Amino acid sequence: MPDIKDYKGQTPAWCPGCGNFGILRSLKRALVELGLEPHQVLVVSGIGQSGKTPHYMQCNTFNGLHGRTLPVATAARLANHEMVVIAEAGDGDCYGEGGNHFLHAMRRNPNITLLVHDNQIYGLTKGQASPTTAEGTVTKTQPFGVPSEQLNPVALAVAMDAGLVARSFVGDMEHLTEMMKAAIAHKGFALLDIFQPCVTFNKVNTYDWYRKRVKPVGEDYDPEDRLNAFETALIWGEEIPVGVLYRNPGRPAMEERFPVLAGTPLVKQPFDLETGRRAIDSLAL
Amino acid sequence: MDYSVKIGGEAGQGIQTVGGLLAEVAGTAGYHVFAHQDYESRVRGGHNFYQLRISTGRATSSREKVDIVVGLDKASLGLHKPELTERGIFILDAESLKMTGEAEGDPGLVHVPFERLAVEKGGSPIMANVVAVGAVMGMLGMDLSPLLDLLGARFRKKGEQVVRGNIDAARAGYDYAREKCPQCSFAPEKPVGPPKLVIDGVTAVGLGAVASGCKFYAAYPMTPSTGVLNTMAAHAKEYGIVVEQAEDEIAALQLALGASFGGVRAMTGSSGGGFALMAEGLALAGMTETPVVITIGMRPGPATGLPTRTEQGDLLFVMHAGHGEFPRVIFAPGTPEQAVLLTNKAFDLAEKYQIPAFVLFDQYLGDSQWTYEKMNTDTLVYTDYRVRGEEFRKLAQYKRHALTESGVSPLAVPGDAPHVVVTDSDEHDEEGHIIEDGGLRRKMVEKRVFRKWAHIAEEMKGPEPYGSEDPELLLAGWGSSCGVLREAVDALNARGTRAAMLCFTEIFPLPSGDWLDRLKAARRTVCVEMNATAQFSRYITMETGFTFNEIIKRYDGRPFSVGYVLGALDAGH
Repeated sequence: MPDIKDYKGQTPAWCPGCGNFGILRSLKRALVELGLEPHQVLVVSGIGQSGKTPHYMQCNTFNGLHGRTLPVATAARLANHEMVVIAEAGDGDCYGEGGNHFLHAMRRNPNITLLVHDNQIYGLTKGQASPTTAEGTVTKTQPFGVPSEQLNPVALAVAMDAGLVARSFVGDMEHLTEMMKAAIAHKGFALLDIFQPCVTFNKVNTYDWYRKRVKPVGEDYDPEDRLNAFETALIWGEEIPVGVLYRNPGRPAMEERFPVLAGTPLVKQPFDLETGRRAIDSLAL
Repeated sequence: MDYSVKIGGEAGQGIQTVGGLLAEVAGTAGYHVFAHQDYESRVRGGHNFYQLRISTGRATSSREKVDIVVGLDKASLGLHKPELTERGIFILDAESLKMTGEAEGDPGLVHVPFERLAVEKGGSPIMANVVAVGAVMGMLGMDLSPLLDLLGARFRKKGEQVVRGNIDAARAGYDYAREKCPQCSFAPEKPVGPPKLVIDGVTAVGLGAVASGCKFYAAYPMTPSTGVLNTMAAHAKEYGIVVEQAEDEIAALQLALGASFGGVRAMTGSSGGGFALMAEGLALAGMTETPVVITIGMRPGPATGLPTRTEQGDLLFVMHAGHGEFPRVIFAPGTPEQAVLLTNKAFDLAEKYQIPAFVLFDQYLGDSQWTYEKMNTDTLVYTDYRVRGEEFRKLAQYKRHALTESGVSPLAVPGDAPHVVVTDSDEHDEEGHIIEDGGLRRKMVEKRVFRKWAHIAEEMKGPEPYGSEDPELLLAGWGSSCGVLREAVDALNARGTRAAMLCFTEIFPLPSGDWLDRLKAARRTVCVEMNATAQFSRYITMETGFTFNEIIKRYDGRPFSVGYVLGALDAGH
């Protein structure tokens, strides 16, 4: 059985109090509780403080470019559909630069988990608005207030009929770990949007701000009722619902759509020079 | 025997059907074929043409003059009649084009009622194209049976009636032409060899990938590279390939990198405009040392120029694209056979050295059809350079970016062993973890850029000299113009000019060899390339200091022909 120590990595270089610590800890716990060994897991990340997460743990890692986490994660999963693939991104990373890939990942429905470190601000570039920053928020680069409407990732994901749509908050690590386990266990694309305060650059959406607002959906909540899920996803203000907001267990995962992936993972399918020659010789008249 | 046939008409009229069928039956009969296409960026209308040479000798380019023109639209008459040889014949369906009064009594003009014969004999007006194919074969006096066999095979699934209709339509066109064109003096010669396969450049790139063990292909459709996507998709089931249409070219390359990191050979393809979007991903491949093959179908750019026409305009872009410094290789095949073999070499070097490898072609080569008796598979290679399975499990420890003497670190397949595989777009340590340390950065750069590079350069082959051993005129070119240059050299030698050529297909890094001595020894050196800024010539100068005496450039989107090159050489005298 894997142990939390198996996942020990480098010492994080995050600011003291950063919400990323809670995500890192919860992720390690979730993986251990799911019985996964570090080499069975691939974490793909982009640029930003969120992107460094896999360096601070022990697992297979592809730390790529800003916004490009999802296509790398999708194809890595297609190459080896026995690998547990987790994509870690920030709100700017995933909903800004990677917005197009986010849409198409939901269309494709690969069996991967997307963890979005959503702190509603750009931290690494020192405090500009992100797609999830509230309209009107004043920053150094938006001195007259953010002129654009705040992006609602969970409502967008429900609208796209994403496989699983969940939200959590690092202030409640029990909840966060459970959400991660649910997202990883889901067969298909799973979005987990995580409120993760940036203690340095976001003075609005603080631990207290979230703590006052987040409210887990009740025991009787039915995540498979899409219309209700959409309504719930639209709630934002003094109360913000967290939990598995939506789930569609019926959508086949992307890898089930490729006949060549029906059995052995692509990476284990053999090829040799004779097969290569046959491909060319089949042209002969 | 060496006849040229041109089919002109609007997009959507079946120019490709008529031309493609003719090329295939001529190849099946054992003739050599060379075909090229010219089309506009529109789905219907406009004016397009398809030109093919049917010859008993090897054909590697198109001729200026044509022996038979099939005009499917009115515009063809004005555009292509002047291109006929002295005894050439123009055929058209004057009835359906309502041109019955035109050029009566002109022996160079033969009216063949394609559509009426199709309805009367075949049973459907859509068989007019098959009537036209039959008519051309009748005029050339070719044996009709390869066409009848081909039609039988092609329409078998649609039932006996459709097969019979097509066969009758082909015969009707054939007989009509034999009867109504007594002035046709095209004498067929027996083909010189066994049946030949007909293949175009873009299909050849795709097949080269299939034959190299490519297991993953992602691309966004873009002319003229879409044919690679189609070829990969057509072979996906049989050879176990995942083919995914990406949301954009950015994703296409990222998908290929994800699959490659996952442990399989991966490729993407686009044109210059799409590759512009891949530049950041290219640097990612370079930094993470993730093998990938990128094929680029060049066309006049930028943004997007002449989308369906040809140009060798992206060489320096591809050579320099991507931020930062990392190794890459560039190949530019000149024939479909080279497209297969160099795509294979691209896969081999990409994985051997964990670098991005390019296969550059252009619209002209992509859409050109060539014949072969058999594709050369002797020099195909397949070596699995990855550390996987038991071999990986046996390692006491594993470092993805270990500093090695050769500069090449072990590339392992994640998941196969308790070791983890880590890589990073930021500078990283031997394990792959992010670092800021200047000393280690230096070592990593030296490993990736210098040590590897020295080995890669040794893998590149210089051009095979062709023509005179002691040339007074030496032509140099690269990629798709090799076929034209070869025939230009033959023509020059035939008229008494000692000429030779050096055609480069392994471009970057610049191969060593005696080619530079040959260039220095020749009295007159001319670089021939299809762009406005002489990119290849500048590259040679940049790398060697050698400058060509003259440069022949073409940048109107149309391919070189032998006549064009000879004319430009004569003008330079």
